[in-house]
Amino acid sequence: MHEWALAEAVIKTAIEKAKEHKIKKINEIDLKIGEMQDIEMDIFKFALDELMKEYGMEVKVNITIQKTRLRCNVCNHEWNFDEFELTEEEKEFVHFLPESIFSYARCPKCGSQYFEIIEGRGVWIEAIRGNDD
Amino acid sequence: MIDARIGVIEERLKNVKRIIAVSSGKGGVGKSMVSAAIALTLAKKYKVGLLDLDFYGPSTHLIINANEKPVEKNGILPPIIDKIKFMSIIYFTEENPAPLKGKDIINAIIELLTITIWDELDFLIIDMPPGMGEEVMAIIKFMKNAEFIVVTTPSILSWETVKKLLIFLRENKCNVVGVIENMVMEKSIENEIKKISNYLGKIGFDENVENCIGEPSKLLESKFGKDVEKIAVKI
Ligand SMILES: Nc1ncnc2c1ncn2[C@@H]1O[C@H](COP(=O)(O)OP(=O)(O)OP(=O)(O)O)[C@@H](O)[C@H]1O
Ligand SMILES: [Mg+2]
Ligand SMILES: [Zn+2]
Repeated sequence: MHEWALAEAVIKTAIEKAKEHKIKKINEIDLKIGEMQDIEMDIFKFALDELMKEYGMEVKVNITIQKTRLRCNVCNHEWNFDEFELTEEEKEFVHFLPESIFSYARCPKCGSQYFEIIEGRGVWIEAIRGNDD
Repeated sequence: MIDARIGVIEERLKNVKRIIAVSSGKGGVGKSMVSAAIALTLAKKYKVGLLDLDFYGPSTHLIINANEKPVEKNGILPPIIDKIKFMSIIYFTEENPAPLKGKDIINAIIELLTITIWDELDFLIIDMPPGMGEEVMAIIKFMKNAEFIVVTTPSILSWETVKKLLIFLRENKCNVVGVIENMVMEKSIENEIKKISNYLGKIGFDENVENCIGEPSKLLESKFGKDVEKIAVKI
């Protein structure tokens, strides 16, 4: 369950950024999570809740899942992550380390391994809202 | 937009007393053998982690014979192999090539640092790929207190390139523990090295070292292992 590790990363990073921007109390966080990370939402939300309790925070977390888009550097073809046919084990590897996709996947058009993840990778904090008193 | 991972790396490494990146400008000089042997030697007395950051050519798992897999618990717990906590990209890519480009390398390093739970360590030894690529930059950016050990052979061709790495590390205010001279036969460039860096010691050319790969206890008993032991006390 490395969802816990990611939830902890979100909380720590949010606290750090809030401090930088002189936000004393965080009320709301907008999160964007890449599809390829294949996060177990129940566990992730539970982990966020538990960690926030631990830090004495009460925050509304808005999560959106971003589709993962890829582009081939050889033939310029663009496609969605869900077009890959990965085995369960490969999916699991990508879940932990998204870059392992380069070991398992090929461009569906020309077969090249030289492609880019254009968007939909990782966990991003889009906005933090709060007050400074 | 803020990458949510960057705030937790410091937290993950906060109980790691020393981070030592075993590097070289040059390939094939023995970085992997040296980092594995240093980790094994230090693990006799200290809590040690070994992180393989050579994504194109991970090799330390073969040297220490890492058959066990990491387990998930609030992150990823590295398996303990011969008293060493071990992490490598091979757990996610297995025998496949990992053709990562610049920003993929940085992303993969950040991801590994985010999810790996090292807990308390006296030393985290990092086996680095050759050169001054993204991996060196990632260490500089994300592990501010990391120290470098630089490996060279006595060959002019090796030293010429290794010198450049040493100059780069100095210009960028990185801590360098010193230089290890590996595969020494008759010729040694000890005096050359001492002109610009701390000299940690030499490791002789050991024609039997290949037979110790995958057998940590045999490696520690070898000529190679004994030479590493003398150096490890200076770290
Ligand atoms: N002191 C030594 N005596 C004899 N052989 C050695 C010695 N040190 C290393 N070797 C051998 O040299 C080869 C390269 O070693 P190693 O893989 O550790 O180098 P490296 O610097 O990590 O290479 P790379 O740059 O590809 O990561 C291996 O076959 C290893 O067994
Ligand atoms: Mg190596
Ligand atoms: Zn293509």
